[in-house]
Amino acid sequence: MKAKHQRLWLVVGALVALGGAGALAFSTLGEKATYFYAPSDLKKGPAPTAAIRLGGMVEKGSIQREGATVRFVVTDMAQTVPVTYTGILPDLFREGQGVIAEGKIDPATGQFQAETILAKHDESYMPPEVAGAMKKTGSVSAGS
Amino acid sequence: MHRYANPTRFLKIARVATPIVALLGLALTAAGLWIGLFASPPDYQQGESVRIMYVHVPAAWLGAGGYMSLAIASATALIWRHPLATIAARAIAPAGAAFTAICLVSGSLWGKPTWGTYWVWDARLTSMLVLLFLYLGYLALSASEAEKGGEQRGAAILALVGVINLPIIKYSVEWWNTLHQGSSISVANASSKIAPELLTPLLLSVAGFSFLFGAIVLMRMRAMLAWARVDARSRRMAEALA
Repeated sequence: MKAKHQRLWLVVGALVALGGAGALAFSTLGEKATYFYAPSDLKKGPAPTAAIRLGGMVEKGSIQREGATVRFVVTDMAQTVPVTYTGILPDLFREGQGVIAEGKIDPATGQFQAETILAKHDESYMPPEVAGAMKKTGSVSAGS
Repeated sequence: MHRYANPTRFLKIARVATPIVALLGLALTAAGLWIGLFASPPDYQQGESVRIMYVHVPAAWLGAGGYMSLAIASATALIWRHPLATIAARAIAPAGAAFTAICLVSGSLWGKPTWGTYWVWDARLTSMLVLLFLYLGYLALSASEAEKGGEQRGAAILALVGVINLPIIKYSVEWWNTLHQGSSISVANASSKIAPELLTPLLLSVAGFSFLFGAIVLMRMRAMLAWARVDARSRRMAEALA
């Protein structure tokens, strides 16, 4: 075997070992690296008492405003969590769009008390006219 | 592949290729940014801030693609001892680091008006920051090894180990819940969730940035080879005088 073939197999072997180590780390890390929980994740176990992030869609027709306080429902199309937030909302906070709320679940009422609201948008980009036309045919939600 | 190992032959090709690649890059980037910034419609959700995409996405592509080419050059240097491979790797690294930094900064500026925050520690943003640190680590290690006059094997191994981060960046938005949205463009399915009016300037600027990246790498390689010649010649002169 020539020296360069030895080095080739050494590098290939090292990369395979590295990939294996990465896969092991990945399987251990699992859900811990997740940035937010969906409503379904929260319904699986007992209600967490620590501060968490809740993510999902703002349910259509669920936004209620009382002064600076806003109430809405976060849904992942399977489960829902009611959220209360007081403060300034990001521009892209809209019905039918993604949202991530940081805060705690009030154990008494089951309401999610949000300290911070972030808007999460999806991977579609299009001009407003196209979105308008698609909204008419019902194939896209163009927000509120 | 050692046909192109001869620096003189490489320099002959590079001398002709550099201006062509650079001009192509400038022209495509200018076209992409002009259409993107002035002659394309805003987004139905984000409005005008979507135009940051025409810088952010090409920068991200070159940050990750540049690292892939850095790793391939490093593997070539380690396995085949190709004399130009280490020079190519050292030429690629600062350009890749710069584009990764542009990606992070433009993404941060884009995050504020859309998400409502400059930065979050989600899987996509964090893995992209790790990519910048990998570049910086490579630059520091290769510079110190070059100073000692070694073969820069340590830096090459570091570049190869860092490859594990590339699939993590790509699939971070699928494996974990992230604030960053999923991929809009799928090369495997040849599909895109970006409307054609917005996709055209994006692809133009991706192509333009890529050619500019190539031109930067060619220029840096030529400069590094020229420096090596200057060094060799002054050493010979010093020996002749002694």
